[in-house]
Amino acid sequence: MIKVEKMKILQQKEIAGNIFELKLQGPLVNEISMPGQFVHIKVNTANDPLLRRPISISSYDKKQQSMTLIYRASGLGTRELTNQADELDVMGPLGSGFPVETVQGQTAVLIGGGIGVPPLYECSKQLKARGMNVVHVLGFESKETVFYESEFKELGPVYITTADGSYGTKGFVTDAVTAFNINADVFYACGPVPMLGAVEKQFDGIPGYISMEQRMGCGIGACLACVCSVNGPELYKKVCTDGPVFRKGELVYG
Amino acid sequence: MDKLNISLPGLELKNPIMPASGCFGFGREYSQFYDLSILGSIMIKATTAEQRLGNPVPRVAETSSGMLNAIGLQNPGLEKVLSTELSWLEQFDLPVIANVAGSMMEDYVLVAEKISKAKNVNALELNISCPNVKEGGIAFGTDPLTAKELTAKVKAVSEVPVYVKLSPNVSNISEMALAVEEGGADGLTMINTLVGMRLDHKTGKPVIANGTGGLSGPAIKPVALRMVYEVSQVTDLPIIAMGGISSAWDVIDFISAGASAAAVGTANFVNPFICKEIIEELPAILDELGVDHIHDLKGRSWNVGKVANTRA
Ligand SMILES: Cc1cc2nc3c(=O)[nH]c(=O)nc-3n(C[C@H](O)[C@H](O)[C@H](O)COP(=O)(O)OP(=O)(O)OC[C@H]3O[C@@H](n4cnc5c(N)ncnc54)[C@H](O)[C@@H]3O)c2cc1C
Ligand SMILES: Cc1cc2nc3c(=O)[nH]c(=O)nc-3n(C[C@H](O)[C@H](O)[C@H](O)COP(=O)(O)O)c2cc1C
Ligand code: FES
Repeated sequence: MIKVEKMKILQQKEIAGNIFELKLQGPLVNEISMPGQFVHIKVNTANDPLLRRPISISSYDKKQQSMTLIYRASGLGTRELTNQADELDVMGPLGSGFPVETVQGQTAVLIGGGIGVPPLYECSKQLKARGMNVVHVLGFESKETVFYESEFKELGPVYITTADGSYGTKGFVTDAVTAFNINADVFYACGPVPMLGAVEKQFDGIPGYISMEQRMGCGIGACLACVCSVNGPELYKKVCTDGPVFRKGELVYG
Repeated sequence: MDKLNISLPGLELKNPIMPASGCFGFGREYSQFYDLSILGSIMIKATTAEQRLGNPVPRVAETSSGMLNAIGLQNPGLEKVLSTELSWLEQFDLPVIANVAGSMMEDYVLVAEKISKAKNVNALELNISCPNVKEGGIAFGTDPLTAKELTAKVKAVSEVPVYVKLSPNVSNISEMALAVEEGGADGLTMINTLVGMRLDHKTGKPVIANGTGGLSGPAIKPVALRMVYEVSQVTDLPIIAMGGISSAWDVIDFISAGASAAAVGTANFVNPFICKEIIEELPAILDELGVDHIHDLKGRSWNVGKVANTRA
């Protein structure tokens, strides 16, 4: 069930350049059903910014009723979010996430770009807990913006790329996949749309799951703002309710 | 005593609060949050004769205290709306106002005739003011003669009262109101969104794929209020007002400006409980203002000497 509640802010800290880790607590956490779901946040109580902001759930702990979000302070809303310290108006959990229970095979590769990295963390933890080998390829702008390298390393190998070459392999995630000849039985990807298209092409032979992003209004399927192009007769699907995670082959990259 | 019930052409409402078209789908999503039967009415998403896929993305952009949208009337088409959405809504004690749109007059007439026969559709809202589609929509809403003709044609086939949704994108909104009144309209709903733009700072290109979009939210409330104030004094048609309503006090403002009821659009996205909360808060506000019924506030803002507070 979707809840709208004031969640307690347990902690908020900058973990890399302009990247913030936000720990929240409240009964909403009990409703999370899979990794890759997101929440819709009202960053303050004013009319400006007006709309909620969609942010992925990076990890959660039902015993503690807590969850962690990781976000980049970029525009008006996310910068305002960095100022919040006590409680936050959160709606969620929303959307359908990464399936982990039904996957077959031994090895999963998780590929993330920038602020697409966070939801892969819980996904990787759950895959690992189910006995799968997990390999991570994480792309960032530069050394300053790299985060969670050690957290992912605890779960499995991590390959980092930076666009400017200041850390790890220079280039994009797809370059590292080629350079290190990474193979897997299933892939999970989240990041900028061009990256998603490239990853899908690169892993043509195996099943995979892709988390999309789109500008949103309601976040619950009512306003039809957040559609993305899909193959098939319906042509469009809603990122907020049909996604954000889609199966390989569903999305049309324009 | 009941302080909120109102009666309008075709509509016996528990209270004057309803979600605005396009901001509440067909109610399904919001029914997760509360029982829709508490609402006065529901204005469903624009329905066209055939399925519409809508505009390319991005379809929305935020602006100061508002948002731009160019959804492009995406809807499953008349037959699906009748067979799946309206029939689903029958489980609620909820009169429906069906928002009707099209590219040509014949489209409006076709949809109006069929949808007005649905059991729970108590009124139509003619959308002659959508700024986001190339044909139809706003083209009908900016020319008084065309608007009058369309209203008359729809009136001739509709089995329920017809409200016409006015566009604020005109230089003289009263003229439009009078034109549709002559065409036989039973009521007015106003306002639809204001055409606007937002540019990407870096590229200089519009953020919305459609180029322009319709502005809604608190930013447009002063414009909407002025228009309701003006139109309510030149016509006897009841007005369902919308435009930036996000609190019970906003509703009081619109009633004071001359509206009979109020619809909430964009605010549902921010707070999915907003309609319910407004309905619950209104009685205490009426007590605070010392009035027995919300309609005692109607037209409070009008010029002294012009107050004719006896209308429905
Ligand atoms: C399902 C989903 C999950 C996401 N998860 C994360 C995450 O875990 N961490 C993170 O840092 N970011 C995430 N994002 C992106 C995040 O929503 C945007 O960075 C954020 O909305 C930007 O808001 P702003 O006020 O800072 O920017 P502004 O540019 O001021 O925002 C203006 C408007 O555009 C929208 N917008 C701007 N950029 C994006 C974008 N990339 N995607 C969607 N809407 C956007 C905003 O929501 C707002 O309505 C996610 C997006 C989606 C759709
Ligand atoms: C996302 C969105 C979709 C809309 N779709 C419709 C529509 O299909 N038909 C219509 O008549 N008005 C539509 N509107 C306009 C609203 O019904 C309302 O007139 C307008 O948004 C002003 O009210 P608000 O400021 O409370 O949102 C839409 C508005 C928004 C924001
Ligand atoms: S954000 Fe409204 S339908 Fe997805």
